[in-house]
Amino acid sequence: MSKQRKAVALISGGLDSMLAAKTIMEQGVHVEGINFFTGFCVEGHTHAIRANDKAKPKRNNSLWVAEQLGMKLHIVDVIEEYKDVLINPKHGYGAHMNPCLDCKIFMVNKAKQWIVENDFDFIITGEVIGQRPMSQRKATMPIISKESGADDLLLRPLCAKNLPATLPEREGWVDREKLHDFSGRSRKPQMAMAEGFGFDEYAQPAGGCCFLTDASYSSKLVDLWKARDGDKQYDLDDVMLLKVGRHIRPEQNFKVIVAREEGEGRFMQGYKKEFITLHCASHAGPLVLVDGSPSAEDLFLAARITARYGQGRDAEQVDVSIADKDGSERIIQVKPFAADEIPQEWFI
Amino acid sequence: MNREILNARRLLCPLPVIRTQDKVKQLKAGDQLEVICTDPGVMQDIPTWCRINGHKVLETISGDHEYIIILEVGAS
Repeated sequence: MSKQRKAVALISGGLDSMLAAKTIMEQGVHVEGINFFTGFCVEGHTHAIRANDKAKPKRNNSLWVAEQLGMKLHIVDVIEEYKDVLINPKHGYGAHMNPCLDCKIFMVNKAKQWIVENDFDFIITGEVIGQRPMSQRKATMPIISKESGADDLLLRPLCAKNLPATLPEREGWVDREKLHDFSGRSRKPQMAMAEGFGFDEYAQPAGGCCFLTDASYSSKLVDLWKARDGDKQYDLDDVMLLKVGRHIRPEQNFKVIVAREEGEGRFMQGYKKEFITLHCASHAGPLVLVDGSPSAEDLFLAARITARYGQGRDAEQVDVSIADKDGSERIIQVKPFAADEIPQEWFI
Repeated sequence: MNREILNARRLLCPLPVIRTQDKVKQLKAGDQLEVICTDPGVMQDIPTWCRINGHKVLETISGDHEYIIILEVGAS
Protein backbone atom coordinates (compact mmCIF):
# COMPACT_ATOMS: atom_id res chain seq x y z
CA MET A 1 0.00 0.00 0.00
CA SER A 2 1.39 3.38 -0.97
CA LYS A 3 2.11 5.98 1.69
CA GLN A 4 -0.60 8.54 2.40
CA ARG A 5 0.85 11.79 1.12
CA LYS A 6 0.29 15.00 3.04
CA ALA A 7 0.16 18.56 1.75
CA VAL A 8 -0.25 21.92 3.40
CA ALA A 9 -2.33 24.49 1.54
CA LEU A 10 -1.85 28.23 1.94
CA ILE A 11 -5.39 29.36 2.73
CA SER A 12 -6.21 33.03 2.33
CA GLY A 13 -9.94 32.63 2.75
CA GLY A 14 -10.60 33.43 -0.91
CA LEU A 15 -11.87 31.17 -3.66
CA ASP A 16 -8.62 30.23 -5.41
CA SER A 17 -6.87 28.71 -2.42
CA MET A 18 -10.08 26.92 -1.50
CA LEU A 19 -10.31 25.35 -4.96
CA ALA A 20 -6.62 24.47 -5.02
CA ALA A 21 -6.90 22.62 -1.72
CA LYS A 22 -10.10 20.88 -2.78
CA THR A 23 -8.50 19.76 -6.07
CA ILE A 24 -5.74 17.98 -4.20
CA MET A 25 -8.04 16.56 -1.51
CA GLU A 26 -10.08 15.02 -4.31
CA GLN A 27 -6.99 13.05 -5.28
CA GLY A 28 -6.83 11.38 -1.88
CA VAL A 29 -4.04 13.51 -0.45
CA HIS A 30 -4.35 14.53 3.21
CA VAL A 31 -4.48 18.34 3.16
CA GLU A 32 -4.27 20.77 6.07
CA GLY A 33 -4.45 24.52 5.73
CA ILE A 34 -2.06 27.19 6.90
CA ASN A 35 -2.80 30.90 7.18
CA PHE A 36 -0.28 33.59 8.03
CA PHE A 37 -1.31 36.66 10.00
CA THR A 38 0.90 39.61 9.09
CA GLY A 39 -1.11 42.27 10.92
CA PHE A 40 -2.13 43.80 7.60
CA CYS A 41 -4.69 41.17 6.71
CA VAL A 42 -8.09 42.55 5.76
CA GLU A 43 -9.34 39.15 6.86
CA GLY A 44 -10.50 39.06 10.44
CA HIS A 45 -12.55 41.63 12.16
CA THR A 46 -10.94 44.97 11.72
CA HIS A 47 -14.26 46.03 10.26
CA ALA A 48 -15.95 44.74 13.38
CA ILE A 49 -14.46 47.70 15.24
CA ARG A 50 -17.00 49.86 13.51
CA ALA A 51 -20.45 49.70 15.05
CA ASN A 52 -21.92 50.54 11.63
CA ASP A 53 -20.68 47.21 10.29
CA LYS A 54 -22.54 45.17 12.88
CA ALA A 55 -24.98 43.80 10.32
CA LYS A 56 -22.17 42.22 8.30
CA PRO A 57 -21.26 38.61 9.12
CA LYS A 58 -18.17 38.52 11.31
CA ARG A 59 -16.22 35.49 10.36
CA ASN A 60 -12.68 34.66 9.47
CA ASN A 61 -12.90 33.36 5.92
CA SER A 62 -9.84 31.12 6.20
CA LEU A 63 -11.47 29.30 9.15
CA TRP A 64 -14.73 29.18 7.25
CA VAL A 65 -13.00 27.69 4.20
CA ALA A 66 -11.26 25.09 6.35
CA GLU A 67 -14.57 24.04 7.83
CA GLN A 68 -16.19 23.81 4.41
CA LEU A 69 -13.37 21.59 3.22
CA GLY A 70 -13.28 19.54 6.42
CA MET A 71 -9.62 20.20 7.10
CA LYS A 72 -7.54 21.52 9.96
CA LEU A 73 -6.23 25.07 9.75
CA HIS A 74 -3.10 26.38 11.40
CA ILE A 75 -3.06 30.16 11.85
CA VAL A 76 0.46 31.47 12.31
CA ASP A 77 1.37 34.85 13.79
CA VAL A 78 4.18 36.26 11.59
CA ILE A 79 3.81 39.91 12.62
CA GLU A 80 7.42 40.28 13.82
CA GLU A 81 9.10 38.42 10.94
CA TYR A 82 6.95 40.20 8.40
CA LYS A 83 8.45 43.58 9.28
CA ASP A 84 11.57 42.83 7.27
CA VAL A 85 9.44 41.87 4.25
CA LEU A 86 7.59 45.17 4.38
CA ILE A 87 10.55 47.38 5.19
CA ASN A 88 13.11 45.80 2.84
CA PRO A 89 11.32 44.15 -0.06
CA LYS A 90 13.92 42.77 -2.45
CA HIS A 91 11.46 42.90 -5.34
CA GLY A 92 9.98 46.27 -4.43
CA TYR A 93 6.45 47.46 -3.89
CA GLY A 94 3.35 47.27 -6.06
CA ALA A 95 1.08 50.24 -6.70
CA HIS A 96 1.11 51.13 -3.00
CA MET A 97 3.09 49.74 -0.05
CA ASN A 98 2.33 46.16 -1.04
CA PRO A 99 5.43 43.96 -1.35
CA CYS A 100 3.37 41.20 -2.98
CA LEU A 101 6.15 39.14 -4.53
CA ASP A 102 8.35 39.22 -1.42
CA CYS A 103 5.28 38.45 0.66
CA LYS A 104 4.47 35.35 -1.37
CA ILE A 105 8.09 34.19 -1.22
CA PHE A 106 8.06 34.73 2.56
CA MET A 107 4.85 32.77 3.07
CA VAL A 108 5.88 29.86 0.89
CA ASN A 109 9.20 29.79 2.74
CA LYS A 110 7.33 29.64 6.06
CA ALA A 111 5.17 26.84 4.67
CA LYS A 112 8.34 25.00 3.60
CA GLN A 113 9.67 25.23 7.16
CA TRP A 114 6.30 23.99 8.41
CA ILE A 115 6.21 20.89 6.21
CA VAL A 116 9.72 19.96 7.30
CA GLU A 117 8.79 20.33 10.99
CA ASN A 118 5.50 18.47 10.60
CA ASP A 119 6.55 15.74 8.19
CA PHE A 120 4.35 16.82 5.30
CA ASP A 121 5.28 16.22 1.67
CA PHE A 122 4.46 19.31 -0.34
CA ILE A 123 2.87 22.74 -0.49
CA ILE A 124 -0.20 23.95 -2.38
CA THR A 125 -1.11 27.49 -3.33
CA GLY A 126 -4.07 28.90 -5.23
CA GLU A 127 -1.86 30.93 -7.56
CA VAL A 128 -2.97 31.39 -11.16
CA ILE A 129 -0.64 32.73 -13.84
CA GLY A 130 -1.72 36.25 -14.81
CA GLN A 131 -4.21 36.58 -11.97
CA ARG A 132 -2.33 39.37 -10.21
CA PRO A 133 -0.11 41.97 -11.84
CA MET A 134 2.81 41.73 -9.43
CA SER A 135 3.06 38.35 -7.81
CA GLN A 136 1.14 36.01 -10.10
CA ARG A 137 2.83 36.19 -13.47
CA LYS A 138 4.51 33.51 -15.53
CA ALA A 139 7.90 35.06 -14.77
CA THR A 140 7.33 35.22 -11.01
CA MET A 141 6.24 31.60 -10.52
CA PRO A 142 9.79 30.14 -10.70
CA ILE A 143 11.13 33.05 -8.62
CA ILE A 144 8.70 32.19 -5.80
CA SER A 145 9.56 28.49 -6.00
CA LYS A 146 13.29 29.14 -5.98
CA GLU A 147 13.65 32.01 -3.53
CA SER A 148 11.25 30.44 -1.01
CA GLY A 149 13.36 27.30 -0.99
CA ALA A 150 10.28 25.21 -1.80
CA ASP A 151 11.50 24.51 -5.35
CA ASP A 152 9.50 21.69 -6.89
CA LEU A 153 7.66 20.92 -3.67
CA LEU A 154 5.42 23.86 -4.52
CA LEU A 155 2.37 22.80 -6.52
CA ARG A 156 -0.15 25.22 -8.00
CA PRO A 157 -3.11 22.98 -8.85
CA LEU A 158 -5.09 25.67 -10.67
CA CYS A 159 -2.39 26.40 -13.25
CA ALA A 160 -0.08 23.39 -12.92
CA LYS A 161 -0.50 22.34 -16.55
CA ASN A 162 1.00 25.65 -17.65
CA LEU A 163 4.11 25.00 -15.58
CA PRO A 164 6.82 22.32 -15.47
CA ALA A 165 5.82 19.20 -13.53
CA THR A 166 6.63 19.39 -9.83
CA LEU A 167 7.87 16.56 -7.65
CA PRO A 168 4.36 15.52 -6.46
CA GLU A 169 3.36 15.19 -10.13
CA ARG A 170 6.51 13.39 -11.27
CA GLU A 171 6.34 10.96 -8.35
CA GLY A 172 2.67 10.25 -8.98
CA TRP A 173 1.52 11.58 -5.60
CA VAL A 174 -0.99 13.57 -7.63
CA ASP A 175 -2.30 13.01 -11.13
CA ARG A 176 -1.19 15.93 -13.31
CA GLU A 177 -3.99 15.21 -15.75
CA LYS A 178 -6.51 16.09 -13.07
CA LEU A 179 -4.89 19.46 -12.41
CA HIS A 180 -5.79 22.66 -14.26
CA ASP A 181 -4.48 25.14 -16.80
CA PHE A 182 -6.12 28.39 -15.67
CA SER A 183 -4.50 31.65 -16.64
CA GLY A 184 -5.38 35.33 -16.78
CA ARG A 185 -7.66 37.53 -14.75
CA SER A 186 -10.96 35.92 -15.69
CA ARG A 187 -12.74 34.37 -12.73
CA LYS A 188 -15.10 32.31 -14.87
CA PRO A 189 -13.16 29.00 -14.68
CA GLN A 190 -12.93 29.28 -10.90
CA MET A 191 -16.62 30.10 -10.59
CA ALA A 192 -17.54 27.13 -12.77
CA MET A 193 -15.28 24.90 -10.70
CA ALA A 194 -16.81 26.20 -7.47
CA GLU A 195 -20.24 25.39 -8.82
CA GLY A 196 -19.04 21.90 -9.73
CA PHE A 197 -17.88 21.34 -6.17
CA GLY A 198 -21.15 22.71 -4.83
CA PHE A 199 -19.61 25.82 -3.27
CA ASP A 200 -22.34 28.39 -3.59
CA GLU A 201 -20.82 30.82 -1.12
CA TYR A 202 -17.29 32.11 -0.96
CA ALA A 203 -15.44 35.31 -0.15
CA GLN A 204 -14.51 37.61 -3.00
CA PRO A 205 -12.64 40.52 -1.45
CA ALA A 206 -12.69 43.29 -4.04
CA GLY A 207 -9.52 44.95 -2.82
CA GLY A 208 -7.48 41.84 -2.18
CA CYS A 209 -6.67 40.43 1.22
CA CYS A 210 -4.12 42.97 2.44
CA PHE A 211 -4.40 46.55 3.69
CA LEU A 212 -1.07 47.34 2.05
CA THR A 213 -2.80 47.28 -1.35
CA ASP A 214 -5.06 50.09 -0.16
CA ALA A 215 -4.02 53.61 -1.18
CA SER A 216 -5.40 55.32 1.90
CA TYR A 217 -3.85 52.84 4.32
CA SER A 218 -0.50 53.03 2.53
CA SER A 219 -0.51 56.85 2.74
CA LYS A 220 -1.01 56.65 6.49
CA LEU A 221 1.82 54.16 6.84
CA VAL A 222 4.21 56.33 4.82
CA ASP A 223 3.16 59.35 6.87
CA LEU A 224 3.87 57.44 10.09
CA TRP A 225 7.37 56.53 8.96
CA LYS A 226 8.07 60.06 7.76
CA ALA A 227 6.92 61.53 11.08
CA ARG A 228 9.38 59.24 12.85
CA ASP A 229 12.27 60.61 10.82
CA GLY A 230 12.32 57.63 8.51
CA ASP A 231 12.38 55.00 11.25
CA LYS A 232 10.28 52.27 9.68
CA GLN A 233 9.93 50.05 12.71
CA TYR A 234 6.34 49.57 13.85
CA ASP A 235 4.34 47.56 16.31
CA LEU A 236 0.93 45.98 16.11
CA ASP A 237 -0.76 48.97 17.75
CA ASP A 238 0.62 51.20 14.98
CA VAL A 239 -0.79 48.85 12.37
CA MET A 240 -4.18 48.66 14.08
CA LEU A 241 -4.53 52.39 14.63
CA LEU A 242 -3.89 53.09 10.95
CA LYS A 243 -7.05 51.12 10.27
CA VAL A 244 -9.32 53.25 12.44
CA GLY A 245 -10.39 56.87 12.63
CA ARG A 246 -9.80 60.00 10.63
CA HIS A 247 -6.08 60.87 10.67
CA ILE A 248 -5.18 64.56 10.63
CA ARG A 249 -1.60 65.83 10.84
CA PRO A 250 -1.36 69.59 11.42
CA GLU A 251 2.39 69.44 12.16
CA GLN A 252 5.25 66.99 11.72
CA ASN A 253 5.48 66.44 15.49
CA PHE A 254 1.90 65.29 16.08
CA LYS A 255 -1.25 63.98 14.50
CA VAL A 256 -4.76 63.45 15.79
CA ILE A 257 -6.91 60.38 15.23
CA VAL A 258 -10.61 61.16 15.40
CA ALA A 259 -13.02 58.28 15.97
CA ARG A 260 -15.58 58.22 13.18
CA GLU A 261 -18.26 56.44 15.14
CA GLU A 262 -19.09 54.68 18.37
CA GLY A 263 -17.34 51.38 17.62
CA GLU A 264 -14.06 53.09 16.77
CA GLY A 265 -14.36 55.25 19.88
CA ARG A 266 -14.79 52.18 22.04
CA PHE A 267 -11.78 50.52 20.41
CA MET A 268 -9.67 53.66 20.86
CA GLN A 269 -10.60 53.84 24.56
CA GLY A 270 -8.17 50.96 24.99
CA TYR A 271 -5.29 53.31 24.11
CA LYS A 272 -5.90 55.93 26.82
CA LYS A 273 -2.76 54.91 28.69
CA GLU A 274 -0.57 55.18 25.60
CA PHE A 275 -1.84 58.45 24.11
CA ILE A 276 -3.07 61.85 25.21
CA THR A 277 -6.82 61.76 24.59
CA LEU A 278 -9.37 64.50 24.01
CA HIS A 279 -13.14 64.64 23.98
CA CYS A 280 -15.79 67.33 24.12
CA ALA A 281 -16.96 67.86 27.69
CA SER A 282 -19.79 70.31 27.01
CA HIS A 283 -21.24 68.50 24.01
CA ALA A 284 -21.37 64.98 22.63
CA GLY A 285 -18.43 64.17 20.40
CA PRO A 286 -15.82 61.64 19.37
CA LEU A 287 -12.79 60.37 21.23
CA VAL A 288 -9.55 61.75 19.80
CA LEU A 289 -6.05 60.35 20.28
CA VAL A 290 -2.98 62.54 19.90
CA ASP A 291 0.07 60.74 18.53
CA GLY A 292 3.50 62.35 18.82
CA SER A 293 4.94 65.07 21.05
CA PRO A 294 2.49 67.97 21.01
CA SER A 295 3.20 71.31 22.68
CA ALA A 296 0.51 73.15 24.67
CA GLU A 297 -0.24 75.15 21.52
CA ASP A 298 -0.56 71.94 19.50
CA LEU A 299 -3.02 70.55 22.05
CA PHE A 300 -5.10 73.72 21.75
CA LEU A 301 -5.24 73.12 18.01
CA ALA A 302 -6.09 69.43 18.57
CA ALA A 303 -8.91 70.57 20.87
CA ARG A 304 -10.31 72.80 18.12
CA ILE A 305 -10.27 69.82 15.76
CA THR A 306 -11.97 67.69 18.44
CA ALA A 307 -14.67 70.32 18.81
CA ARG A 308 -15.12 70.44 15.04
CA TYR A 309 -16.23 66.80 15.00
CA GLY A 310 -18.59 67.07 18.00
CA GLN A 311 -22.18 68.22 18.35
CA GLY A 312 -20.95 71.67 19.33
CA ARG A 313 -19.29 72.32 15.99
CA ASP A 314 -21.44 75.41 15.43
CA ALA A 315 -21.16 76.71 18.99
CA GLU A 316 -19.13 79.81 19.84
CA GLN A 317 -17.22 77.90 22.49
CA VAL A 318 -16.81 74.23 23.43
CA ASP A 319 -15.30 72.69 26.57
CA VAL A 320 -12.74 70.06 25.60
CA SER A 321 -11.25 67.61 28.06
CA ILE A 322 -7.57 66.75 27.65
CA ALA A 323 -6.47 63.58 29.47
CA ASP A 324 -2.81 62.72 29.90
CA LYS A 325 -1.55 59.15 29.78
CA ASP A 326 -1.59 59.00 33.59
CA GLY A 327 -5.30 59.81 33.59
CA SER A 328 -5.01 63.39 34.85
CA GLU A 329 -7.54 65.56 33.10
CA ARG A 330 -8.10 69.25 32.44
CA ILE A 331 -10.71 71.22 30.54
CA ILE A 332 -10.02 74.01 28.08
CA GLN A 333 -12.41 76.22 26.14
CA VAL A 334 -11.97 76.49 22.38
CA LYS A 335 -13.77 77.74 19.32
CA PRO A 336 -14.38 74.81 16.98
CA PHE A 337 -12.71 74.91 13.59
CA ALA A 338 -15.10 75.69 10.78
CA ALA A 339 -15.21 73.02 8.07
CA ASP A 340 -13.12 75.05 5.64
CA GLU A 341 -10.58 76.06 8.28
CA ILE A 342 -8.93 72.63 8.40
CA PRO A 343 -6.52 72.56 5.44
CA GLN A 344 -7.06 69.64 3.12
CA GLU A 345 -3.37 68.74 3.27
CA TRP A 346 -3.69 67.97 6.98
CA PHE A 347 -5.86 64.96 6.14
CA ILE A 348 -3.73 61.86 5.64
CA MET B 1 -8.77 18.50 34.95
CA ASN B 2 -7.00 21.82 34.77
CA ARG B 3 -8.80 25.11 34.06
CA GLU B 4 -7.02 28.21 32.79
CA ILE B 5 -8.01 31.70 31.77
CA LEU B 6 -6.74 33.48 28.65
CA ASN B 7 -7.06 37.26 28.50
CA ALA B 8 -7.56 38.17 24.83
CA ARG B 9 -9.16 41.55 25.46
CA ARG B 10 -8.42 44.31 22.92
CA LEU B 11 -7.16 41.77 20.40
CA LEU B 12 -8.91 41.62 17.06
CA CYS B 13 -9.41 38.37 15.22
CA PRO B 14 -7.59 36.32 14.26
CA LEU B 15 -5.29 37.11 17.20
CA PRO B 16 -7.67 35.73 19.86
CA VAL B 17 -7.84 32.52 17.81
CA ILE B 18 -4.05 32.39 17.51
CA ARG B 19 -3.60 32.98 21.25
CA THR B 20 -6.21 30.28 21.95
CA GLN B 21 -4.47 27.91 19.55
CA ASP B 22 -1.10 28.53 21.23
CA LYS B 23 -2.53 28.13 24.74
CA VAL B 24 -4.36 24.92 23.87
CA LYS B 25 -1.06 23.41 22.67
CA GLN B 26 0.18 23.69 26.28
CA LEU B 27 -2.90 21.96 27.73
CA LYS B 28 -3.94 18.33 27.96
CA ALA B 29 -7.07 16.63 26.67
CA GLY B 30 -9.94 17.32 29.05
CA ASP B 31 -8.46 20.59 30.34
CA GLN B 32 -10.67 23.66 30.11
CA LEU B 33 -9.81 27.11 28.86
CA GLU B 34 -11.80 30.28 29.45
CA VAL B 35 -11.05 32.89 26.77
CA ILE B 36 -12.09 36.48 27.52
CA CYS B 37 -12.31 38.75 24.47
CA THR B 38 -13.64 42.11 23.34
CA ASP B 39 -13.90 41.37 19.59
CA PRO B 40 -17.41 40.03 18.93
CA GLY B 41 -16.03 38.06 15.99
CA VAL B 42 -14.66 35.46 18.39
CA MET B 43 -18.18 34.17 18.94
CA GLN B 44 -17.99 32.86 15.39
CA ASP B 45 -14.30 32.13 15.01
CA ILE B 46 -13.30 30.32 18.18
CA PRO B 47 -16.18 27.81 17.93
CA THR B 48 -15.27 27.26 14.25
CA TRP B 49 -11.63 26.77 15.20
CA CYS B 50 -12.72 24.31 17.92
CA ARG B 51 -14.90 22.32 15.51
CA ILE B 52 -12.19 21.91 12.86
CA ASN B 53 -9.55 21.03 15.42
CA GLY B 54 -11.54 18.62 17.60
CA HIS B 55 -12.15 20.74 20.70
CA LYS B 56 -15.49 21.29 22.42
CA VAL B 57 -17.13 24.60 23.26
CA LEU B 58 -18.77 24.23 26.67
CA GLU B 59 -20.24 27.69 27.01
CA THR B 60 -20.33 31.10 25.34
CA ILE B 61 -21.27 34.26 27.21
CA SER B 62 -21.99 37.62 25.55
CA GLY B 63 -21.64 40.60 27.85
CA ASP B 64 -22.01 44.29 27.08
CA HIS B 65 -18.60 44.58 25.48
CA GLU B 66 -16.98 41.30 26.51
CA TYR B 67 -17.32 37.84 25.12
CA ILE B 68 -16.31 34.69 27.00
CA ILE B 69 -15.84 31.25 25.50
CA ILE B 70 -15.17 28.22 27.65
CA LEU B 71 -13.77 25.26 25.78
CA GLU B 72 -12.61 21.78 26.57
CA VAL B 73 -9.43 20.56 24.91
CA GLY B 74 -9.96 17.57 22.63
CA ALA B 75 -7.86 14.48 22.31
CA SER B 76 -6.06 15.24 19.04
